[in-house]
Amino acid sequence: MSTAMGNQPPGRPAADPYAPQQDTVTGPVFTVTGQDWDSVVAGAADAEDERVVVNMGPQHPSTHGVLRLILELDGETVTEARCGIGYLHTGIEKNMEYRTWVQGTTFCTRMDYLAPFSYEAAYSRAVERLLDIEDDIPQRALEMRVLLLELNRISSHLVAIATGGMEIGALTVMTIGFRERELVLDLFELITGLRMNHAFIRPGGVAQDMPPGALDQIREFIKLMKKRLPEYAAFCNANPVFKGRLVGVGHLDLAGCLALGATGPVLRSTGYPWDLRRTEPYWGYDSYDFDVVTWDSCDAYGRFRIRLEEMWQSLRIVEQCADRLADSEGEPVIVADKKIAWPAQLAVGSDGMGNSLDHIRHIMGESMEALIHHFKLVTEGFRVPPGQVYAAIESPRGELACHAVSDGGTKPFRAHFRDPSFVNLQTTSVLSEGGMVADVIVAIASLDPVMGGVDR
Amino acid sequence: MTDPDRRTDDDKLRAGSRTEAAGTGTQEPHVGTSPHAPERDLGVQGDMPENTVVPAGADSLEVIAIREGMFGVQGSGDTSGYGGLRRPVVLPGASPRPYGGWFDQVADRLVELLGGDARAAIEKVVVYRGEMTLHLRREQLVATVQHLRDDAALRFEMCSGVSGVHYPEDVGRELHAVYHLLSMTHRRRIRLEVSVADTDPHLPSVVAVYPTADWHERETFDFFGIIFDGHPALTRILMPDDWPGHPQRKDYPLGGIPVEYKGATIPPPDTRRTYS
Repeated sequence: MSTAMGNQPPGRPAADPYAPQQDTVTGPVFTVTGQDWDSVVAGAADAEDERVVVNMGPQHPSTHGVLRLILELDGETVTEARCGIGYLHTGIEKNMEYRTWVQGTTFCTRMDYLAPFSYEAAYSRAVERLLDIEDDIPQRALEMRVLLLELNRISSHLVAIATGGMEIGALTVMTIGFRERELVLDLFELITGLRMNHAFIRPGGVAQDMPPGALDQIREFIKLMKKRLPEYAAFCNANPVFKGRLVGVGHLDLAGCLALGATGPVLRSTGYPWDLRRTEPYWGYDSYDFDVVTWDSCDAYGRFRIRLEEMWQSLRIVEQCADRLADSEGEPVIVADKKIAWPAQLAVGSDGMGNSLDHIRHIMGESMEALIHHFKLVTEGFRVPPGQVYAAIESPRGELACHAVSDGGTKPFRAHFRDPSFVNLQTTSVLSEGGMVADVIVAIASLDPVMGGVDR
Repeated sequence: MTDPDRRTDDDKLRAGSRTEAAGTGTQEPHVGTSPHAPERDLGVQGDMPENTVVPAGADSLEVIAIREGMFGVQGSGDTSGYGGLRRPVVLPGASPRPYGGWFDQVADRLVELLGGDARAAIEKVVVYRGEMTLHLRREQLVATVQHLRDDAALRFEMCSGVSGVHYPEDVGRELHAVYHLLSMTHRRRIRLEVSVADTDPHLPSVVAVYPTADWHERETFDFFGIIFDGHPALTRILMPDDWPGHPQRKDYPLGGIPVEYKGATIPPPDTRRTYS
């Protein structure tokens, strides 16, 4: 952290060799490394005004990953707040242009590490629309997708509440949040073989069917969550300290949300029930029984309450998914078109997920054509007709969309993700300017940005 | 917009020059014949080869490149015959009226609002996979989005995002900026597409109409080098400030190093054998 001070004569020389004070054209700069705030106070004591520019991050525990905030402070009031992003840019979209359409799933799942299924889902939906097979996806695959998306919404909201609590000192909320998230990740591991970066939802369906016993575990999880979720409400909802930090902080009304493109819980905290699962239903969401949660306070507290209630709603959907999956036992989970469907049957072995031994026996020992087919589809991939589509879904953070362009080849010509964290983060200035510096942390936590998605 | 005889001279010139540029190979492009390809006005004047595969429902051809050979092998003795394969890369062309559903209402209302400028503003309308794309000219872009946002019958109050696409072989219009608009009032989505030449990559900024486009335009500038005139602070956003080049362009290498594993060397992804 460093600070720059306006119109001020050079202060005394710094004693710390690792955090020296230096003078620049805009004033002296202090590098603060922790436990040495006194040197800044002493240097600032001679200043005529209290204007301080604080550079917070990119390595700061309260900024949700590598987010850099440049705050101009007058005393403790924020007069200007800007974001510096890009510290986690890894060129995922560029990389996808050099891999096949199916391999793209493996890349986009790494964007937002808290909601990986949403990214796979948006991408798969875009590719399926380009292929014009949206109506051919088997019902069971859609049920599994909805199940995973809603479980993921629960785990993502748990982290949002947990880290948001930690940043204001509510450490119990953090520990119980991560405790419950672990249960969801165990389910992911059971169903997909991995805790994150699943690449499970693929163009055409999902990678493999539900393992035996998964539904029982899901039902147990639901039962447990119904006991545990009220704990959050008991800890926070009426807690005077918690409310004191959150109520009225990070105000953004409906007009502000629309102008700045904010979606998800931020938009719903203005009272507008915009949820793509209801307003533009996909994958049978219109046949599930759930409510769109809204709050009308436009502030951080409303966003917290929305996330809390959305976990209940997601639990309802998961419950219905479990019933439907029990009925559709044995149905296919990937599109019937053999020119698109992944040929390999997957199985979880002792060393993780891989091709099933039955499939290897079939292609290596029984059918030359099956081997050729497998080889062509896995190495070359399928071709996607030229054109462009924009497929949006409701991720835990808001509208997540994939703009996919194909030139008729076996690789995406361009895959661009409209990331809700990226767009919502634009509201930082509006949320924090004019407030106290401590409220900046609360305001950003209420957006729940994930830098992996912001920077891609 | 899509009626062939309403196409301007400008259209013909550009279509002609694009086809020329795409087909600069020594031999005439030979393209596989489809028995189902309907005989029709392709909408592209000049030297398009005969027997071109025309996508069903396309009114005109949008040839953006010619794909040659297969498997990415160049300069070796070709015994498979695939080396001589030449296929045009054809994007969905302008759609004929009626577009279907509410697409016609939006198009009619927009033409009405733009009045005399409509023909200059809207290059063509493409309806593909149930989505509508309005190809606009950059001069009328801001006026058009203003109408799209403010008119009660259109009311696209939110800009979901801006992204860029680089078509290096689409000479004279290499860089495309794509705007995704959402009407929450009517629950509709449309897409606007504006193309500019690599040599003159200027577009008017829509930040004044859609403040959310701020970061999106910065990202598109960062990755494609499209300059949005009138943007409040057009700086790089994801790449470092002093980064040379624009990474999402097709001519920008992916990078990477060969990886050795148990004596074999795996080349970086952009130099591996490729099928298309």
